[in-house]
Amino acid sequence: MTGPLGAGQLLAELPLPWPFEREYMQLALGAGLVVGLCAPLIGTFLVQKRMSLMGDGIGHVAFAGVAAGLLAGVWPIWTALVAAVFGAVVIEWLRIRRRAGGDLALALFFYSGIAGGVVLTGMADSYDAGTLTYLFGSILTVDRPDVVTIAVLGVVIVAAVAVAWRALFSIVLDDEAARVSGLPVDGLNLALSALTAVTIVAGMRIVGVLLVSALMVLPVGAAQRLTRSFGATLLVASGIGGLSAIAGLAAARHWALAPGGTVVLVAAALFVLTAVVSPRATVLGREMRG
Amino acid sequence: MPTVLSVDAVSFAYRDQQVLDCVSFEVTSGEFVALAGANGSGKSTLIRVMLGLLPPAQGQVAVFGQTPRQLRDRWRIGYVPQRPVAADLLPATVRDVVTAGRLARRGWWRRMTAVDRAAVDAAIDDVGLSDLARRPLGQLSGGQQQRAYIAKALVSDPELLVLDEPTAGVDADSQRHFRDTLVGLARGRGAAVLLVSHELGAVADELDRLLLLRRGKIAFDGPPDDLVASGVSLGVHATDLPVWLEGLGG
Repeated sequence: MTGPLGAGQLLAELPLPWPFEREYMQLALGAGLVVGLCAPLIGTFLVQKRMSLMGDGIGHVAFAGVAAGLLAGVWPIWTALVAAVFGAVVIEWLRIRRRAGGDLALALFFYSGIAGGVVLTGMADSYDAGTLTYLFGSILTVDRPDVVTIAVLGVVIVAAVAVAWRALFSIVLDDEAARVSGLPVDGLNLALSALTAVTIVAGMRIVGVLLVSALMVLPVGAAQRLTRSFGATLLVASGIGGLSAIAGLAAARHWALAPGGTVVLVAAALFVLTAVVSPRATVLGREMRG
Repeated sequence: MPTVLSVDAVSFAYRDQQVLDCVSFEVTSGEFVALAGANGSGKSTLIRVMLGLLPPAQGQVAVFGQTPRQLRDRWRIGYVPQRPVAADLLPATVRDVVTAGRLARRGWWRRMTAVDRAAVDAAIDDVGLSDLARRPLGQLSGGQQQRAYIAKALVSDPELLVLDEPTAGVDADSQRHFRDTLVGLARGRGAAVLLVSHELGAVADELDRLLLLRRGKIAFDGPPDDLVASGVSLGVHATDLPVWLEGLGG
């Protein structure tokens, strides 16, 4: 047995070809693949619920958590996880109680989170590369504990979706009918919000809190133009997310680009490609084809 | 026959606007009942109160002898909401939609069994969509989509089926399927059917009772024939031009 860091260690020893032959690229690949595969699983439900920006709002709250961690001298991943899950649950609670519209609740947390993060970062006197790592991601600097943490969060996401995807789909389809049929709609919506927060934190070191939402949404936009059933959309979106991570990392290595942004640009390119060539192309595709 | 649904002196108001005013009626097993009324008469609010989505300001609702919120076996209620909206890009087949209706019966966290899959197939067949089971919902007509949602409500084998304006804008073929399905459910399986609709033409001959809601009060409760005898038409007839033209095809 290799202990708690075994997964990262094993990954670092794999004899992979270029561009993943170096240890730091293998760690980046492991972390990127987990996030690329898992983020669209949650994003599929957010997109269908027309809450694509939910990830952005929670990401900003997570940034406040990162700043709190830097200030308190605690590993920022943990403080970000606590802040993001708390923010996600409160946003959903506000929606359930109709204390604020969905978009207003998001705006409240969006701006409060980023403002709180700026203030706490200032108090910690840490406006430096460390902060930028969480804002824009720094996948090439992930270490083994990062990869293990991200993998554990990924397992939580996959397990939760495997158990609850049909119930969450039922809510997407018609939440009132789901409520009448006895499904715990509020509880499942809260769980989805918490999983969104977990996904944001898992992706924070990969593409940053400002871009992680893109990995939850863009692969889904591409997949739903290629698939017929909901289950297939989950799988294909996940595959497109993973492909974006691999291709984005390879392109970033080849052309010496910022890897987080490159991964998201690959996902965006795949989205545009499917919008143009898919038989189910929409207005975007028709406009692009003239 | 046992009482499935009991609405007893129910009132409801949105702030200071009274919507339901001391509404009372019962529905028993095997009964096919329609609830009709003009726009704003309170039909949809009454449905929401009956199903436990809104609490009554006064009075009581009992479904299978319990308040809607106390009822544990919620699968015993099938519900087809008004105009369920399926986005064109919603990646879901007819089978996906109908399977979602089975969750409450088997437990939402449990895996689908062969029995569940057979129930899904049977419900899809009941509404005449077997050939379209793997077709995305967004590629179906409004009437076919509505039939898919009815199959979703049927798949848990409900003892009370509540449908809110299910035939609005639905083609004649789907209306025929719709009528046959509801009649089969009430007469064949002994379930109670409560249909809220403006358009009763498709089912007028099959109804056991008609409830008319007017300004939040029950204005009529009895056999449809009693209302027809007083000169009121329950809907379109086969000889009406739009229906006749549709029957010609092409």
